[in-house]
Amino acid sequence: MSEELLNVQNVTLRFGGVTAIEDISFDIQKGEIRAIIGPNGAGKTSMLNVINGFYHPQEGTITFRGETRRKMKPYEAAASGIARTFQNVALFKNMSTLDNIMSGRSLKMNRGFISQMFYYGPAREEEIAQRKKVEEIIDFLEIPHIRRQPVGKLPYGLQKRVELGRALALEPDLLLLDEPMAGMNLEEKEDMSRFILDVNQQFGTTIALIEHDMGVVMDLADRVVVLDYGKKIGDGLPAEVQADQAVIDAYLGVPH
Amino acid sequence: MFYREAGQFKTSYKSDQAIFPILQDRIGLGLIVAIALIGIPFIATDGFLNSIMIPFLILALAAIGLNILTGYCGQLSLGTGAFMGVGAYSCYKLATIFPDVTILVHILLSGFFAAAAGVIFGLPSLRIKGLYLAITTLAAQFFLEWMFVRWGWLFNYNESGAIQNVPQKLFGVQITGAAADPVTRYLVVLSIVVFLTWIASNIIRGRIGRSWMMIRDMDIAAELMGIKPLNAKLSAFAVSSYFCGVAGALMVFFWLGSAEADVFNINLSFQVLFMVIIGGMGSLIGSFMGAAFIFVLPVVIRTIPRVLGLDIGGATVEHVSTMAIGALIVLFLIVEPHGLARLWQIGKEKLRNWPFPYG
Repeated sequence: MSEELLNVQNVTLRFGGVTAIEDISFDIQKGEIRAIIGPNGAGKTSMLNVINGFYHPQEGTITFRGETRRKMKPYEAAASGIARTFQNVALFKNMSTLDNIMSGRSLKMNRGFISQMFYYGPAREEEIAQRKKVEEIIDFLEIPHIRRQPVGKLPYGLQKRVELGRALALEPDLLLLDEPMAGMNLEEKEDMSRFILDVNQQFGTTIALIEHDMGVVMDLADRVVVLDYGKKIGDGLPAEVQADQAVIDAYLGVPH
Repeated sequence: MFYREAGQFKTSYKSDQAIFPILQDRIGLGLIVAIALIGIPFIATDGFLNSIMIPFLILALAAIGLNILTGYCGQLSLGTGAFMGVGAYSCYKLATIFPDVTILVHILLSGFFAAAAGVIFGLPSLRIKGLYLAITTLAAQFFLEWMFVRWGWLFNYNESGAIQNVPQKLFGVQITGAAADPVTRYLVVLSIVVFLTWIASNIIRGRIGRSWMMIRDMDIAAELMGIKPLNAKLSAFAVSSYFCGVAGALMVFFWLGSAEADVFNINLSFQVLFMVIIGGMGSLIGSFMGAAFIFVLPVVIRTIPRVLGLDIGGATVEHVSTMAIGALIVLFLIVEPHGLARLWQIGKEKLRNWPFPYG
């Protein structure tokens, strides 16, 4: 077995009286594609929000790359190597595709204020060096034609792709994808699946994926976690989970 | 027809990232600078410089300041007038405490006091957004204005309670004070405004400017890209207030000659805000257009009856021009809610595709 990248231990998250996540534990191995599935309201997105520091769980710990922490700010998560995309696209909609992906390089840029003011030497070189990286990502995602367009005007499928590009620009160790294929047609889904597999194989990025399309999940994922009403009801290989009675009950309901 | 980029190939990212990547834009800018620098000083009358060009440039600088905060970083502020006042009063104090140092240094330093005030009153932006933030910046407006009146040390306890410009020379030429030639004052203001506009455009296209726009467009995602909201918002407040502070100092020393606290009241804040809205949020050129629309257009409209030789009373002209400008503002906002800068952009796009309707 390969080494462990992320370990979620007994995490419980409450909002007032509502328990969104209850005592969930699972791990993500380095280099795998790990799917998180479950019916609506199962706590999948909350789980991602806990992992990248938007929500602070009341109980439990999260160990990322051997470091255990309970509270973490989102920008600290970004600095430690966690990137994500959102269920409903959260791009900087007035900025161009280029600038959106450039924004993902913010952490790699550290030239000071004075040098930026005059845009000379170091600041300019840094900008150009990062631009090269960004162009590589643009080529990889096959979106050079929309480089200059404000993303707010792009069709939905392309926006999702730009958002993936922006997350990739961070060169993350762990990439969290929240429903990357929601609302896409078959062709767009196939494209997106190809990109996800390529990212995983070419860059060796570990991916945690929330997705409702079971076909996609079964094809892409190495292992699957199933949540229902904030509890973990299944964990294992796609085929095992598919055959699990608890999972089937959660999706189809049980006769009363 | 003339505005085409066909044949202009960029072979390096360096040339692609230039401020004006299109040749025609560079020529246009060169022409404007040449007219501003050589043409206007030769042909303009003192009155034109004093009542149109100098205030236009100064208010455009203030509009750039507010645009950095509101247009680029998305933080609404109604404290612009007060931050300009901080710049003006600190410039006055510096000039009277160190009379031997050139006024240009004082003016550029006074912006830092305004920046400090901006950061302090920008702290609420870490918790509140939008209109509610605008209300908290009103606190800056009222508190600072009160301070300008009550704290005698600021105006050296003089009887009138006003601050005056301090006559100064640079290389033997009088640049401030009643004896200074309007052309000299105009050229000093022009150089400072052009220099600071260039600085602003550099900051905006780099990492810091991007971090502001990220906060503006989607603060949650910005944090996930590793942006610390504290740094981004407060740096926007600081840079924005710096520009406003310098504009305030220029206003007293190169335009009005003397000013009371009342000059920096909320009307000034609103005036600058309207310039930003009419000119275009998030556009430097829009700040100039907005300043021209809100400040210069009324002056021009008021002179129309006199130029045409119509005998209309001064009060009537005043009322009619106010109504005309009100109507024009409404009209422009209906035609293009994103401001004059967007109209300009659309115009350029159309020119590029001409004679075809779209490219």
